[in-house]
Amino acid sequence: MPAFADLIEADRQVEHHAPWRRAVVAPKAWNLAVEQLAAGRWSLLGLWGEPDKVHMALLDEAQTIGVISMDCRGGRYPSVGQHHPPALRLERAAADLFGLAPQGLPDSRRWLDHGQWGVSHPLAARPGGPAAASSYRFLTAEGDGLHQIPVGPVHAGIIEPGHFRFTAGGETVVRLEERLGYVHKGIEGLMQGASINQAAKLAGRTSGDSTVAYSLAFAQAAEAALGVAPPPRAIWLRALMAELERLANHLGDIGAICNDAAFAIMHAHCGVLRERVLRAADAAFGHRLMRDRILPGGTASELNEAGADAIRSLVAEIRRRFPHLVELYDNTASLQDRTVATGRLKGELARQYAAGGYVGRASGRDFDARRDLAYAPYDQLTFDVPVLQEGDVNARVWIRVREVEQSLSLVEQILGRLPAGPTLVEVAAPEGPREGMAVVEGFRGDILAWLRIGEDGLTERCHLRDPSWFQWPLLEAAIEGNIVADFPLCNKSFNCSYSGHDL
Amino acid sequence: MRKLLFESLIRPPLTERPPRASNAAVDELARALDGMARRKLGRSLSIRAVDAGSCNGCELEMHALNNAFYDIERFGFRFVASPRHADVLMVTGPVTKNMREALKRTSEATPNPKWVVALGDCAKDGGCFAGSYAVVGGVSDVVPVDLHIPGCPPSPIEILKGLIALLDGANGRAGASRS
Repeated sequence: MPAFADLIEADRQVEHHAPWRRAVVAPKAWNLAVEQLAAGRWSLLGLWGEPDKVHMALLDEAQTIGVISMDCRGGRYPSVGQHHPPALRLERAAADLFGLAPQGLPDSRRWLDHGQWGVSHPLAARPGGPAAASSYRFLTAEGDGLHQIPVGPVHAGIIEPGHFRFTAGGETVVRLEERLGYVHKGIEGLMQGASINQAAKLAGRTSGDSTVAYSLAFAQAAEAALGVAPPPRAIWLRALMAELERLANHLGDIGAICNDAAFAIMHAHCGVLRERVLRAADAAFGHRLMRDRILPGGTASELNEAGADAIRSLVAEIRRRFPHLVELYDNTASLQDRTVATGRLKGELARQYAAGGYVGRASGRDFDARRDLAYAPYDQLTFDVPVLQEGDVNARVWIRVREVEQSLSLVEQILGRLPAGPTLVEVAAPEGPREGMAVVEGFRGDILAWLRIGEDGLTERCHLRDPSWFQWPLLEAAIEGNIVADFPLCNKSFNCSYSGHDL
Repeated sequence: MRKLLFESLIRPPLTERPPRASNAAVDELARALDGMARRKLGRSLSIRAVDAGSCNGCELEMHALNNAFYDIERFGFRFVASPRHADVLMVTGPVTKNMREALKRTSEATPNPKWVVALGDCAKDGGCFAGSYAVVGGVSDVVPVDLHIPGCPPSPIEILKGLIALLDGANGRAGASRS
């Protein structure tokens, strides 16, 4: 059974790629990697383009990460998606942005490009003329009495835009197809040639609910590239922010899922706890969402005693209130009736798609970047990673409940052991091109950041892969056979990011 | 559940005192209102949120307006599901080109009189996304904007201040408080 290392020895390894290895490989090794993915031995962590190059990040069975890259002669490379479906949308996105043509890709429809940009392949070496706006061919479903329900891009609630095309037989969903890309802002394009700090700012605006996780992923990647070690206090403060962000999002989600089952009292109480987290974050770090508080080289904020006290009383408050809410959730039969056995995601699919976060862990995929990649300070902290097998809405709620408990404990551990010292070191320009990469556990799952910094110290290319890339397709699978009215419930239990995906 | 409900009865409310209307917003709005609008809208405003490419940060803070601390409905504001029910379009994001058409159509589907509030720094002029091939660069480039609430994202209190100014204006009090 090959490990990632076998693939690398055979070919050319790239210098100055940290902390994991990257190799430029020939089509043979590329295809060997695709075989490992298709056989379910390795996991796909990301796939992204560059002008005339394609990169693929992999996780092998020994939890080793590596990147393989291929030069695309004539813009072509052998499609990964034809053998390993999780790569499909990533390949379609790379085709839209860079004009790369995956050979054998079974789905050649455009994905992010809706024919509105006034340019095609905007990030290619030579962008093309405007792409014609054409209507999108949705996949079909055939049968007696089937009807279609189009939803979006503007939705009924306060949510991000995207289009859902349901085909239903009566009340039962036969097929759901997502059409995304509406919030594509061209973040990766804006990052090209941007200073590290400007790029960090953009990274922090990739998905607002994960602004800490994205800033952290970008900072870690930049620091890996430049060989900078942030001060110990900064590392611990970052983890503190990351856990506060996780708490706020999980609490909000638990309430919102129950609200979509018309159980408003949970929503009201969880909303209060979420607001308390945001206020504590504001008191401690000066911003409710802690935006722009993590920089390459450390953190932009210091934590004073008053801030630490605000977080301590927050933890006490949640510990006092939250168990009653969990009990209420657990004891309300009418609510359980909606969440149990609804929107079931099979374990095989979660593993095939390497689904991160609560989506994967509720369907038996035991992966958490904090534990399995053990980046600091999590290597020195004690926590459990909850895993369930059921894969339904209920399981995704329970994973969040357990993770709230774990995060409370992590916050306490961090506050108890926070080292003293500076929080920011200077980041100097490199002597030559440097590449860095990071995988960070956001509340939604693992976020991948990859970047190359040029000799001038500017960002040459940065790719950010949201966990939603591997979760959105699974929502299509999980909803099948459920009733249309349960879609909001299923959707909220996944809570995929539109902005993080569309980028 | 009974215990929780009972506790909620005896605990003091979390809802906080209303903030004052933002002066800047009052100034910006004074010119946008006329008597007919006031008569038609009465004392409440229905808001339709449109995400035109935000990072979802503004949406999070809009959601927060519904929590017990801010309780936006006590002021007569309600988030509604359809633009046809709305008096106010609250638009976030730098307006991506992929959302331009949807924003236009949503605006056209909203009956007059209506206001458009652009929420957040990037809704003003594209913010840090300005200049991208995929971004129009500001809500006012697509639909006329009556009020801009800055921030990245604006805090719920800031959004509330702007909206209260809007409501005061709709009720004819904006001019009075200025004079």
